[in-house]
Amino acid sequence: MGLNVIVLAKQVPDTRNVGKDAMKADGTVNRAALPAIFNPEDLNALEQALRLKDKYPGTTITILTMGPGRAADIIREGLYRGADNGYLLTDRAFAGSDTLATSYALSCALKKMSKIDLIIAGRQAIDGDTAQVGPQVAEKLGLPQVTYAEEVISAEGGSITIKRRLERGVETVEMPLPGVITVNASAPECRPRNAKLLMKFKHARTITERQGEAEDYIDLTADRPYLNIEEWSVNDIESDMNWLGLSGSPTKVKKIENVVFQAKEAKHLTPADEEIDELMKELIANHTIG
Amino acid sequence: MNNVFVICEVDEGKIADVSLELMTKGRSLANQLKCKLEALVLGHNLKGIEKELYPYGADVIHIGDDERLDPYTTLPHTSVIVDLFKKEEPQIALLGASTFGRDLGPRVSSALQSGLTADCTSLEIGPHEDKKAGKTYENLLYQIRPAFGGNIVATIINPDCRPQMATVREGVMKKEIFDATYKGKVNKIDVDAILKPEDLVVKVIERHMEKSKVNIKNSSIIVSGGYGVGSKENFDLLFELAEVLGAEVGASRAAVDAGFAEHERQIGQTGVTVRPKLYIACGISGQIQHTAGMEESSMIIAINNDPNAPINKIADYAITGDVGEVVPKLIKFYKQNTK
Ligand SMILES: Cc1cc2nc3c(=O)[nH]c(=O)nc-3n(C[C@H](O)[C@H](O)[C@H](O)COP(=O)(O)OP(=O)(O)OC[C@H]3O[C@@H](n4cnc5c(N)ncnc54)[C@H](O)[C@@H]3O)c2cc1C
Ligand SMILES: Cc1cc2nc3c(=O)[nH]c(=O)nc-3n(C[C@H](O)[C@H](O)[C@H](O)COP(=O)(O)OP(=O)(O)OC[C@H]3O[C@@H](n4cnc5c(N)ncnc54)[C@H](O)[C@@H]3O)c2cc1C
Repeated sequence: MGLNVIVLAKQVPDTRNVGKDAMKADGTVNRAALPAIFNPEDLNALEQALRLKDKYPGTTITILTMGPGRAADIIREGLYRGADNGYLLTDRAFAGSDTLATSYALSCALKKMSKIDLIIAGRQAIDGDTAQVGPQVAEKLGLPQVTYAEEVISAEGGSITIKRRLERGVETVEMPLPGVITVNASAPECRPRNAKLLMKFKHARTITERQGEAEDYIDLTADRPYLNIEEWSVNDIESDMNWLGLSGSPTKVKKIENVVFQAKEAKHLTPADEEIDELMKELIANHTIG
Repeated sequence: MNNVFVICEVDEGKIADVSLELMTKGRSLANQLKCKLEALVLGHNLKGIEKELYPYGADVIHIGDDERLDPYTTLPHTSVIVDLFKKEEPQIALLGASTFGRDLGPRVSSALQSGLTADCTSLEIGPHEDKKAGKTYENLLYQIRPAFGGNIVATIINPDCRPQMATVREGVMKKEIFDATYKGKVNKIDVDAILKPEDLVVKVIERHMEKSKVNIKNSSIIVSGGYGVGSKENFDLLFELAEVLGAEVGASRAAVDAGFAEHERQIGQTGVTVRPKLYIACGISGQIQHTAGMEESSMIIAINNDPNAPINKIADYAITGDVGEVVPKLIKFYKQNTK
């Protein structure tokens, strides 16, 4: 029996490899120089969804992302790898959201979707780094949650069995569906793009993107509806404006400091015997070792 | 009412270290705010657990002892905490940024619609002025945390919603006995009156926990290896050096990812935070996510074949050379000089 699976995915700046060219002269990071990527653990989440689709024919995978217009890129990326469709939730009203306001907006969008069996999120986004959105979405929808998932073992008879990776061990748990899981980086990597799907979805566009393009692309969606990426604004979901964006965010950023890579005076040594001998004598004399 | 709460984690029948570290922090925040420190412990077979917490300055210890609370699952713990917090209205609630706290914290914060700040590295009390709304606030919790892969540090506040919730990783705060003879009181929670059948839908079928063998956090000397060590076999050299120095072996994430060392040895933003007397970094480049977990070491020796490796910027001694050459020499000359 097929499942209706939603994958929550976020477009993030690639904070992992802040190279020299992304550093400003003052030693801080130039965020604009970082490429926007599919949040790494959301790819692990997508792979778990794809495995369910392999195992249970009839399963459909929908990507839901909230972000600016260019976040449609990650929906396309998902389609190239085997997702069936995607929704982009985009509106100025969502700007400045903390994790609770983000979760609220996502949960309102999820409530608009037809019967959902399983929501799969990444454990954590590499920019905000909180790992809070998955559990908060689950709570807002009144659904059970399983975090730190490494493998979905089975999803049959209305429940799902999951292996979790904890700090010091593993746990196997069973959860009734519908429910929310968040997937760890220790789960299998996502399969690459599929060449056929790349051809099929290359021209998938949101309505806003189509409006900015030549006429013939607009015509494409008329006979190929799968090329339409659904775009939702705040008017397409039922929500209380007080819970959205900055005003719906209990946490406020008071101050942001860029980390500056400071230099301190190090004594430079070579591996020469005398130098290492001298160092050891010094450390023993000042009781650092020994 | 309006006190500082620590949601404690129980690990093999004892209060987890990270919770005791937060009790110490919570005590100092409560003193500053002139309010009480309260602890919350949920689990099963918890008889006598309060004795572990009193010395950290707990004024009230709320205990929920019920077999349905062990092993931990999200929903029953959330229900009990939300019920208690609605009655007690804490102004601050702290919990460990462990798999437990990061599963439970967001669920509770969502149910209470109170903000939660993840992975704080520092917690302070201070005022805030909201110029737009023309409001001023006294005694807010400044929740200071790295974000953006460790490239920025943000101070987050929670002006209007309570409790102000924050998670903190193990090893970030220092655990210290407040008063060995301190006595507070126990409040037994009537768990049965709170739990509903729908809280119990997630079932733990199997659990394999390994007892932690590695104790890098409490080691005063750490020999740490990175990707530059090159192989699992070369890591044996580091173990040899650690053995003669009475040290523990740590690792960078790249070394852990490469399978050179176990995950529990990982030091840094997503590993443990350490502040030993001596930290010897072997073949570690010194990315911010790594240094975030060790830069407070009293002394740092870096061994790297790249004289411009970033680690050298925070090192006291930078030895430019090959790990395979330098480490055996450290062993040799240490032995020679201590004979
Ligand atoms: C410096 C800084 C510090 C911050 N600190 C906090 C804080 O401590 N507390 C707080 O509440 N907010 C904080 N925020 C705000 C927070 O980063 C945003 O609300 C963000 O949109 C979601 O949080 P995250 O990136 O941590 O996601 P996480 O909670 O780490 O994301 C987990 C998973 O949820 C899903 N997900 C998350 N966002 C989206 C999305 N937009 N669309 C689809 N799926 C999504 C993905 O599957 C993702 O893998 C901070 C922001 C900044 C800039
Ligand atoms: C969100 C996030 C969290 C992270 N958390 C952590 C964390 O907790 N801990 C952590 O460590 N990392 C963490 N990282 C990863 C971090 O960014 C770096 O990738 C990692 O620390 C690099 O490890 P390394 O220094 O061992 O490897 P590399 O950067 O590859 O450095 C290897 C070094 O070894 C030197 N070298 C090579 N051969 C030799 C030799 N024969 N002799 C001597 N020197 C040699 C090289 O010059 C180089 O400097 C995190 C990243 C992200 C994005």
